[in-house]
Amino acid sequence: MIRVEALTKTFHLHVRGGTRIEAFHDVSFRVSAGQFLGVSGPSGSGKSSLLKCLYRTYVPTQGAMWYTDAAGHSRDLAAEDEHAILDLRRREIGYVSQFFPVIPRVSALDTLANGMVGRGFTRLESQARARDLLSRLRIPRPLWDLFPSTFSGGEKQRLNIIHAVISRPRLLLLDEPTASLDTAAAKEAVSLIEELKRDGTAMIGVFHDAALLSRLSDELVEMNR
Amino acid sequence: MRDGNLLEVRGLGKRYGAGCPDCASTTGPDFSTNACPRCGTVAALHDASFDLREGEILGIVGESGSGKSTLIQCLYFDVKPSQGTVRMAGEADGQDLLELPRAHQRRLRACRMGMVYQNPLRGLRMDITSGANVAEKLLEAGTFHFRRIRDRTAELLDGTEIPARYMDVPPRSLSGGMQQRIQIAKALANNPPLVLLDEVTSGLDVSVQARVLDLIRELQRELRISMVVVSHDMGVIRLLADRTLVMKNGRVVESGLTDQILEDPRHPYSQLLVHSTL
Repeated sequence: MIRVEALTKTFHLHVRGGTRIEAFHDVSFRVSAGQFLGVSGPSGSGKSSLLKCLYRTYVPTQGAMWYTDAAGHSRDLAAEDEHAILDLRRREIGYVSQFFPVIPRVSALDTLANGMVGRGFTRLESQARARDLLSRLRIPRPLWDLFPSTFSGGEKQRLNIIHAVISRPRLLLLDEPTASLDTAAAKEAVSLIEELKRDGTAMIGVFHDAALLSRLSDELVEMNR
Repeated sequence: MRDGNLLEVRGLGKRYGAGCPDCASTTGPDFSTNACPRCGTVAALHDASFDLREGEILGIVGESGSGKSTLIQCLYFDVKPSQGTVRMAGEADGQDLLELPRAHQRRLRACRMGMVYQNPLRGLRMDITSGANVAEKLLEAGTFHFRRIRDRTAELLDGTEIPARYMDVPPRSLSGGMQQRIQIAKALANNPPLVLLDEVTSGLDVSVQARVLDLIRELQRELRISMVVVSHDMGVIRLLADRTLVMKNGRVVESGLTDQILEDPRHPYSQLLVHSTL
């Protein structure tokens, strides 16, 4: 599904007198459909930066990220144009960041459903699936119609997970998705992830919890500072 | 034109002055000026190129004098560009719009484009009623049926959350937020595929700003209109735009996905801009 070759990300900070900071260097791996690649390493070793490069929030400095899309075409995510990346994000690639990008003044239910509507599902179908996932991840019903900006960290994180899985992505990037969840919610989140994996989603994940990471991972890549 | 593109802009430029062979190589962000030191010509906009997809919101950020407003005013035929081409899907067989006769440009602007100016004084006539301001756009596009104009105007004012009682009140008696909404209603009057927004929220207080932004988001989602949003406010861009162009001294210095521009800006000026706002 995805093959990463000699990927390197260096930040060139012009505002700091041209300092160069290397986030990570020469990372290679491959992940097939239904496989989970765990990314481990100490803080600051570039785990989140790697995921951000794959999502193209960061532009890699060197290397290639060959992704086979739903139509079977092999495409280098590092070189694809912005419109192509936006299309892939809408249809195929999901990303759970450490922080939920809250859209002001849109209810939790609509925030989630809009993602699916954007992919061509009807509003009714989308809302039904959003409700189903909200109750699975134990978000109290009265919150569904409220604005997520008022939610707790753990509640936002759960929305974030739902937001990424609701449209059943082919490739899912997970950056500490369970970090701020209580045990019960974390368990549900993990079962959601496992369910998608069984359905063939390829995953690349960073988890703080080493035991959980090794349980989920088919393979591990270790990042060093 | 490429499938899915509404607009294709190539090498767009606007010069004020005679110009000389050195203009292009002595202006721009590397020189921190858009005025040519040799002939004094101002290159307000130089070599701007981009595609706008159907249903996409493109953000344009940059400081005052960076050429943002010039760019969209060129697209709206308010300003006559000195060079470049603009093509629009389904228009003039893919010919350059800038080459069209003036009458055709006016028709295009009336029927297929909407503009919301930073200063409502530019977009509205303050002494006629709000309803008449909106109706004017419908008339420009050739709707002359009185009842139809009245109904459509009411529908637009309702859609932009302007109380019906304001229909017969001139914009000069209304607040800044209401004036911007009338501009938006006017811009949408003929269901155009393209709406241009120039600093639509600047000068509005925060709560009014939020409601105007919500309105734009909602309209875009429901009607799938393509928009070009000019703003110096990164928050506005973050909220609205899928992709963003960063401009300085009349040039596009960087373009990218909005989250990329905000989190991994690469041009020195984009970095300065992002680090100044966050």
